[in-house]
Amino acid sequence: MAANVEEFVTRRYKQGFVTDIETDTVPPGLNEDVIRLISGKKGEPEWMLEWRLEAYRHWLTMTEPHWAHVHYPPIDFQAISYYSAPKSKEQQEAEAPKSLDEVDPKLLETYDKLGIPLHEQEKLAGVAVDAVFDSVSVATTFKQKLHDAGVIFCSMSEALREYPELVRKYIGSVVPHSDNFYACMNSAVFSDGSFVFVPEGVTCPMELSTYFRINEAKTGQFERTLIVAEPGAYVSYLEGCTAPMRDENQLHAAVVELVALEDATIKYSTVQNWYPGDEEGRGGIYNFVTKRGDARGDRSKITWTQVETGSAITMKYPSCVLTGDGSVGEFYSVAVTSNYQQADTGTKMTHIGRNTRSTVVSKGISAMQGQNSYRGLIKVLPSAEGARNYTQCDSMLIGDRCGAHTFPYIEVKHPGAVVEHEASTSKVSDEQLFYCRQRGISEEDAVNMIVNGFCKDVFRELPMEFAVEAQALLGVTLEGAVG
Amino acid sequence: MSEAMLKIENLHARVEDAEILRGLDLEVNAGEVHAIMGPNGSGKSTLAHILAGRGEYEVTDGSVTYKGQDLLTLEPEERAHAGVFLAFQYPVEIPGVNNVYLLKAALNAKRKAQGLEEVDAVDFLSDVKQKMKLMGMDDSFLNRSVNQGFSGGEKKRNEVFQMMVLEPELCIMDETDSGLDIDALKVVARGVNEMRGPDRAIVLVTHYQRLLDHIQPDHVHVLAGGRVLKSGDKSLALELEEKGYDWVRQEEASTA
Repeated sequence: MAANVEEFVTRRYKQGFVTDIETDTVPPGLNEDVIRLISGKKGEPEWMLEWRLEAYRHWLTMTEPHWAHVHYPPIDFQAISYYSAPKSKEQQEAEAPKSLDEVDPKLLETYDKLGIPLHEQEKLAGVAVDAVFDSVSVATTFKQKLHDAGVIFCSMSEALREYPELVRKYIGSVVPHSDNFYACMNSAVFSDGSFVFVPEGVTCPMELSTYFRINEAKTGQFERTLIVAEPGAYVSYLEGCTAPMRDENQLHAAVVELVALEDATIKYSTVQNWYPGDEEGRGGIYNFVTKRGDARGDRSKITWTQVETGSAITMKYPSCVLTGDGSVGEFYSVAVTSNYQQADTGTKMTHIGRNTRSTVVSKGISAMQGQNSYRGLIKVLPSAEGARNYTQCDSMLIGDRCGAHTFPYIEVKHPGAVVEHEASTSKVSDEQLFYCRQRGISEEDAVNMIVNGFCKDVFRELPMEFAVEAQALLGVTLEGAVG
Repeated sequence: MSEAMLKIENLHARVEDAEILRGLDLEVNAGEVHAIMGPNGSGKSTLAHILAGRGEYEVTDGSVTYKGQDLLTLEPEERAHAGVFLAFQYPVEIPGVNNVYLLKAALNAKRKAQGLEEVDAVDFLSDVKQKMKLMGMDDSFLNRSVNQGFSGGEKKRNEVFQMMVLEPELCIMDETDSGLDIDALKVVARGVNEMRGPDRAIVLVTHYQRLLDHIQPDHVHVLAGGRVLKSGDKSLALELEEKGYDWVRQEEASTA
């Protein structure tokens, strides 16, 4: 089987790859030469290329996972182009809309509802903006402040050039390149991503946001992010943006690795609002991401907070490996599926160290024909004396055509472990809506209010500005779900 | 005398296949307090819900005019904006939604419909606190979720409290006295009495006379079989208390 795939891949390569080597986008298909090309274009160290190739060879032996409660047509991995060079400024400007007048009015309507200022709308919609409005100046002050604190925050490509030894030490140490089908593929072809390093004892002076990273747009579909917090360090990282960005890639297979050493804390917050497909369920992004944090040091802490309203298909399980004694893992999630969206999401908490604690709060909201599944694993190893877990898993249904599913897995290998699981399913009831409307609140606002109330435990964990945006986003996502 | 604030004529209504209201007539003027009494199943609560715009009931005949407007064509929230308030018999719980948040949203929605600015946060809070005090509610109530974990008495007090903050013109109170002990009943009555005024009408739907010991009604109506069978003053309520609803049923049978 593997040989056949390889043969097929090679054949594609022979057909037309060589002549295109000078162009910015490689032809569709994946093979070792494509990987060499990616690595070469980025000027990566030799070990990185070897690592990518190892991942690729392993990937060839793997099969696509089908255990998730989602349905989609088969993906043709050889039809995807795995490298697209960053376009020159001239090219970008030539292709970009000249002003907001050229942007889809529906998108602008959403921006307005989210309360996004005009110049940011232009940036998000990809308008070739005037330098004054560009965030470069913001980003520069930002970089200086971080530099003074000793924090490294840059793109993965830059990190591989500037800090190769640091990257080498940690990359793949949480999510090995052989981990799973999509993570393995990412390891072979990852385009770019973020690298964060917070040195010993340093509290990162600000929330780090992908939004502020220069050249953040066009990191492509195979992002790879690595965050390392040295002993006693603290960092809060915000991924994503509430506004829908222009995106031409359908398959996204990212990997995020977090490493927290002794007494370090990493908070990772995500707001994901990628294109979910239209009302009929056509199009939309597949989000198959592997996110895992290793609470490696004693008393370290990793918190994942996510608000997911986008993508057509989501398979995502931000996890914590609680290696250090007394380490803490937390997962707070709101996942919304509306129209024909499908989400299979949850977390894995692996208790290895003694007195490790984990908390899982998952809120799934389904509306229209949306299908929402919670899938979670709580694993307590024999070494994890005194381990505790608390899981709360709530589903809310809006309307009668959607679905909510729960797949909890609990594996306990230490007799003293305390594992609690609470689950509930509720509906936005007619009584609740009528009560609000009788008080003068419109149906749409009432749904928003009830749903936001349901998600409060999670929103509380988000950084303030993000929480406000997330609430507005939920409203936009559930628009028209009732009535 | 200007036209009645609320005028109900020949109202017929059904829920699914059951006809509940069968030709109900009622007039309520501003400044008045009306008590609507009647045995279980007489249509009291149905009337309250139809006035508030609950969707399950189908009006098959008749009309309801409120301040000169056809009330039945308005959405529930539009009725609320126009000053109609229903104190629910069983207020629903809304987990995670803060009491005060709901109330502020409600007040601002009404103000917006009236073309007014949003309420000033400081003014709002001081008004809320003063009214909470009157209803014997402590500050912890501010941060609790709507009706969640409230005792029966707390829920009823909350309804009256909301009514005080929203200052509606037509207050419909659906069995607000049911399930209250005497102390709670007094608090609720105090709130309602506080609301009495020349520009406001109050309709009390109740099964028992005892609420009327604390709130003096101007008019008492007895409902049976989906119609107003008898109207009178406070003495009618006392007569009912004494003779029981069987007396009403007998009268109904004899007039039928």
